[in-house]
Amino acid sequence: TEGERGECNLLAPLRTLTTSVCLPIDCPPSGERNEAIAASVDGRHPLSSLYCRKRRTSETEQAGLILPNGTPVDTSSLASSSSLLNRLQLDDDLDGETRDLFVTVEDPKKHVSTMETYITYRVCTKTTRTEFDLPEYSVRRRYQDFDWLRNKLEESQPTHLIPPLPEKFVMKGVVDRFSEEFVETRRKALDKFLKRVADHPVLSFNEHFNAFLSAKDLNKRQGLALLTKMGESVKYVTGGYKLRARPAEFAAMGDYLDLFTQKMGTIDRIAQRIIKEQSEFLMELREYGPVYSSWSSFEEDLHDPLEGVSGCMSNCSSALEELTEDMSEDFLPVLREYVLYIESMKNVLKKRDQVQAEYETKLEAVVFREDKKPPVPSDVEKCQDRVECFNADLKADWDRWENNKRQDFRQLLTGMADKNIQHYEKCLAAWESLVPLLQDKQEAEGETS
Amino acid sequence: RGKRRSTYDRNTEEQMLEPTICSLRGYCSGIEYCDSLDQNLQMVEKGTSLLKKMEISVAEAEKRTGKNAVNMQETYTVYLIETRPVDAASEGTNPVPDSLWRRYSEFELLRNYLLVTYPFLVVPPLPEKRAEFVWHKLSADNMDPDFVERRRVGLENFLLRVASHPDLSSDKIFYSFLTEENGWKETVFETGFQAKADSRLKALNATFRVKNPDKRFAEMKHYGDELQSVISQLLRVRARAADRLYGVYKVHGNYGRVFSEWSAIEKEMGDGLQSAGHHMDAYAASVDDILEEEEHYADQLKEYLFYADALRAVCRKHELTQYELEMAAQDLTSKKQQREELATGTIRTFSLKGVTSKLFGQETPEQREAKLKMLETQIEEGEELVKERNAECEEFVKSAWVDIERFKEQKDHDLREALISYAIMQISMCKKGIQVWNNAKECFSKM
Repeated sequence: TEGERGECNLLAPLRTLTTSVCLPIDCPPSGERNEAIAASVDGRHPLSSLYCRKRRTSETEQAGLILPNGTPVDTSSLASSSSLLNRLQLDDDLDGETRDLFVTVEDPKKHVSTMETYITYRVCTKTTRTEFDLPEYSVRRRYQDFDWLRNKLEESQPTHLIPPLPEKFVMKGVVDRFSEEFVETRRKALDKFLKRVADHPVLSFNEHFNAFLSAKDLNKRQGLALLTKMGESVKYVTGGYKLRARPAEFAAMGDYLDLFTQKMGTIDRIAQRIIKEQSEFLMELREYGPVYSSWSSFEEDLHDPLEGVSGCMSNCSSALEELTEDMSEDFLPVLREYVLYIESMKNVLKKRDQVQAEYETKLEAVVFREDKKPPVPSDVEKCQDRVECFNADLKADWDRWENNKRQDFRQLLTGMADKNIQHYEKCLAAWESLVPLLQDKQEAEGETS
Repeated sequence: RGKRRSTYDRNTEEQMLEPTICSLRGYCSGIEYCDSLDQNLQMVEKGTSLLKKMEISVAEAEKRTGKNAVNMQETYTVYLIETRPVDAASEGTNPVPDSLWRRYSEFELLRNYLLVTYPFLVVPPLPEKRAEFVWHKLSADNMDPDFVERRRVGLENFLLRVASHPDLSSDKIFYSFLTEENGWKETVFETGFQAKADSRLKALNATFRVKNPDKRFAEMKHYGDELQSVISQLLRVRARAADRLYGVYKVHGNYGRVFSEWSAIEKEMGDGLQSAGHHMDAYAASVDDILEEEEHYADQLKEYLFYADALRAVCRKHELTQYELEMAAQDLTSKKQQREELATGTIRTFSLKGVTSKLFGQETPEQREAKLKMLETQIEEGEELVKERNAECEEFVKSAWVDIERFKEQKDHDLREALISYAIMQISMCKKGIQVWNNAKECFSKM
């Protein structure tokens, strides 16, 4: 809840969930069609409550909770994501004790083959999880492999928001893909990506992630073989269903993402424009040095001061060049990452809408059937579960995303400020060292004349 | 008033006078002077450069409309020249200054008069007639208030430079320019300098070659050329750089707007973004002051751009003086030769007269006598002329060289000061930049 960030109020969501799990099994009077359907989504529908016990079994067991009425529950078919766990854990509040998986990306190296040149990174893992055969791993991966992992995660965990990767393509003329700065920027982004996956209560248990961290040779064709029942059951049928009413909270997410994308686009354009203006200013600045130098060549007393100014101008030129390069290499790519990321998030929202639409349509067909027989077809039941899981997963991931976004942008903008500060500090140092040079000469002149 | 600083530095005037007195004394011994120089020496010895007696300023500028020479309506600007005796101010009584209005063309008239009357001096330049080396934000329009303001400062600077010059400051026409509103123009024309100006101009525009050019003056002229060229280049680069810098700063203002819009859709990040946006706006706005300061530096450079021209003019005028001397000497030599030929009857040089006399018969002895007499007179006159011109030339060289040395020291001092204040300005700009970005960084870190 707002205003309570920073505190990890673990019990509040728990209470909410237990309440929603144990609804009285009364049927409210049948009302409007839409109302009924809408109500079903957040668990107040009479029919849904019949099957409330079938929800959230694995997570409640994991969390060590027992339903107030004492009934143990059967594990349902869906090994869905542990939204409960999601609510209990926030990425950054995990302390060392609860974390059992540590991942780093380090040591970039260039590989040259006849076909291509590329960079690999060392991915180191330390873990106590039983899902892993060994407690430590060290493998080499290239960008392609990270990209493969992200695609797999998107496929196999469609109800979750998968963290972003640094941009795949870079303009060959503009940025040097093998420069130290570019590689370091990329390494940091890849490191952030893996850490976010490792800290995610659901994604970190994904077997593709496991393979990525541990397999000697990442045979990407393995992906198909690794598909379990879970993977199959999670393959939602999408398309064709019409959504009646998007819950306000998800509508708000969609609206926010649209506006946010707009702002990112504007900032990208502004940053590019600044870089362009600075580059053109740099061109002029570079001309100063030689002019002052040539002036000094036909002056006597003024020779040294003019040479000094010429040198200063050169220093300022270098400082500005560094600033524009840094902004191109560090700032713009991160903005673009987010724009791509938001595209994938919007797709997740669309899928959610589709899942809900499917459920609503099927439910509608059943609810308003003539015979009104209690046994509700199991596939409608499954749809309901899907909707609820999806919503819960998405809400939790959204919170996580908001937090990460705040961190990312705080870092990005602070970095931008830092670069500008460093630029001015370099110029300041150059000019400050010149002034005593100019003034000393004057004093010396005064003595001799 | 007080918005822009004059490039003239009062302190330099004190420094400049001392060495000038010494060097003048040095050149004084055993050499003839022209009247004005003698007067100036006396005044300088008394230590009474005009600026020591009188406070001068160009306080204001105003628009006027009136009828011009061809009876057409015109709009022009006039400048208020204020003068006040130095003593009065120090006594603490603070009387109202004397003042009069002058327009730019009158300043031009004054300067032209000084150029003709003191051809051996490096006469301080006027601020530019038309705005040059402009960048897009700066107007090229003479009526633009910023241009008028910069011109006002430039004109004040001009008056201060003249008033502190050891020789120019005691000129009567200059004094009446400052003190007599009416009839000054007539007084100037009465000096007859225009006629001298016209003939000099004609001579200068004609191409002539000196047989034995003075090395020092040739070097000075070359220096003037190089200085003019390099300062022009510098001013051109500066104008382009100013344009670009303006763009860089102003685009950051867009961050201000987008951060504000973005903060509206954020919860926790909103405040930090919003305040950072304000700092971006402040950053964008700060460029106006920066470029105004830089304009001052450009004005200082421009003064020396035009000074370079004045220096070259002195060298050119020296060349003319020397050329005239050479011409007079050449003429004298040829006349002497003619006399010799006539006296001895030998024709050494080709002349049409010689040929015709051969063809149509010799002259009568009477005719020859008359010719000889005429030649003798001409030779006498010629020798006088050569003596005169020789003296002129020597005077010119002496006085010019004194002033050139004075100018060199002034230039070295002024330009060094200009570079120092430019560096200080850059330092201030960097510090402001660091402050703004630190403020923004603080806001970002609170996001």
